Amino acid sequence: MMPTIPIAELLAGGVLPLAAINFHTLFFLLFAAVACGAAVAVVAADNVVRMALYLVLSLAATAGLFFLAGAEFVGAMQLMIYVGGTLVLLVFGVMLTAQAPFVTMKSAGGDRLLAGFVGVALLAMLVLAGLSVPSWRQPASGAVPEPTATPLGMALVGVRVDQPPAGQPEDAVRSGYLLPFEIVSVHLLVVLVGAAYLARAKRRKTPRAIEVAASVEPPEAVAEHAAIGRTRAAASVLTGESA
Amino acid sequence: MVDFLTSTIGLSGWLAWTVAATVSAVLILNVIAGGALVFIWAERKVSARIQDRLGPTRTGGRFGWLQSLADGIKLLAKEDLMPEGADGMLFRLAPYVSFCASFCAFIALPFAFDVVGQRLNVAVFFVVAVLGLEVFGVILAGYASASKWSLFGAMREAAQVVSYEVPLGMCVVVPVMLAGSMDMVTIAEKQAGWFWNWYVFHDPFTFVIFWVYVTCAVASVNRAPFDLAEAESELVAGFHTEYSGLRWSYFFMAEYGSMFLVSAMAAVLFLGGWNGPMPVAAILGFSEGTGDTAPYLVRLLGLANLVGKASLGVIIMMWIRWTLPRLRIDQVMTTCLKYCTPIAAVMFAGAMLWQIGLPGGLIPGAGRPGGEIREGWLEGPGGRAAAPPAADESRDVAQVAP
Repeated sequence: MMPTIPIAELLAGGVLPLAAINFHTLFFLLFAAVACGAAVAVVAADNVVRMALYLVLSLAATAGLFFLAGAEFVGAMQLMIYVGGTLVLLVFGVMLTAQAPFVTMKSAGGDRLLAGFVGVALLAMLVLAGLSVPSWRQPASGAVPEPTATPLGMALVGVRVDQPPAGQPEDAVRSGYLLPFEIVSVHLLVVLVGAAYLARAKRRKTPRAIEVAASVEPPEAVAEHAAIGRTRAAASVLTGESA
Repeated sequence: MVDFLTSTIGLSGWLAWTVAATVSAVLILNVIAGGALVFIWAERKVSARIQDRLGPTRTGGRFGWLQSLADGIKLLAKEDLMPEGADGMLFRLAPYVSFCASFCAFIALPFAFDVVGQRLNVAVFFVVAVLGLEVFGVILAGYASASKWSLFGAMREAAQVVSYEVPLGMCVVVPVMLAGSMDMVTIAEKQAGWFWNWYVFHDPFTFVIFWVYVTCAVASVNRAPFDLAEAESELVAGFHTEYSGLRWSYFFMAEYGSMFLVSAMAAVLFLGGWNGPMPVAAILGFSEGTGDTAPYLVRLLGLANLVGKASLGVIIMMWIRWTLPRLRIDQVMTTCLKYCTPIAAVMFAGAMLWQIGLPGGLIPGAGRPGGEIREGWLEGPGGRAAAPPAADESRDVAQVAP
């Protein structure tokens, strides 16, 4: 046993009230401040790429909140889907505004007023709803089970391995989420096939260029390009040739 | 580590947490920065060997080992330029975004048993998600530079990374499926023992999918032959054309960090992680439980194993870079959409069927180790370890024997 380091007690004992700080609360406030501040910045910014940057910051801070709450799977999901999705949004933002350098967007005063009204109304509703649940007013106490994604994954393929709710017998048959999972999968597949169908050019002038464009552009944009014969121009953005 | 700090050294709770977090962060930072230093030197040497060039010979005496340090001093001393028309904030921010993404992914990477910044239950998923964010910095850099070359490079990178995430994800799912866990520590522990327990040798499908993973990993970190984002023969230097000095070097630290990361991930997922080809520690009688120093020795050995495998992966990436010519953008897309994705999908289905048909491998009786390692939800306080065996059967669907 090594002797205790006096500086630790010195710091904890009143020179600095650091021991009083709850790190969980500190990090919660930090992440929450970043999320809210960046969200306001998204609205306030007038350059589409900066907006995307602030949006990524806000969403990443939300992922941090999930990690802080121990919901690792949801946090990673947030990073993968929302932050990764904003990436694609950013690409389109750059592509659509690339005609002139750093296009700025200004919204009219009336729009701002209307948006502000809707935003405040939504916020008020959410705050009221959040405060109306008594069990949410205090932090949860007692033993929290080790969070893992396995029960969720097993439930998605139709097998429930988590604890049944109190009062239910141990071996009661509980359905998993296989049906919703399959419905969502088939729905996504339909969307994928539909997008591929829409993106197919009617008149194949340069198949290679269409293929390249289709792999990165939204289907509508590709169809439009093909229709007005600008496919080569769209592809040349990628290959670096002069159009 | 927190336990050690509070019980042995006697730090109070908050200080122990802070010290533990700082130590982890500094160690990871040094892995990236020190690794980049070594790998840049190795890159020069490997390229010199392969292409019959002259590598560094004079700086620092034998082998030119001081070359990277000299490079570092040069980059530090270089003027930090910014184009006149650039978007200042985004231009300055972009290198840090790239570097942070690379750094964050290391947090969940285990270097040996329990030698991990933060053991996450969904470590594999987390690393893949965070690695995808690195491209964000590249796009910001390309856009903010106000240069056509940069924008071309960034757009190519975006197209490439978004496409290659699909087959990469499919490849990563296979070891996750075999191990029944997304926890990297569990996945590596399940491959303990001799090298034929590694998932790459699990069945023919995993062997193929390992090579698909290698292809996608090289593409996702933008190394040649997939380095279209910088393509110096057409785009000057691609997304970092306008960068110089320290900001430029952040991009490179991020690139070498990601290279090491995907190699380490290949090692953990397919090549047994910190388990060497021979169970040396087990043969010598060391194990996690024996004595006071044995666990540390075992972990040190594991650390050497993992870093060795990951470094070998990086060297192989260099070998590929200096051997193969760069692909065209349409060839890159074809490789991804027409080859990697279908192959990965078929191999995924094959590995799944193999697992159902031959769960014990080809040799009957030669059981795989770690089969009894289950996740906490069965044994933990909230789990049902004491559940009756009849009810247990319904839960073992993932490992049903025919």
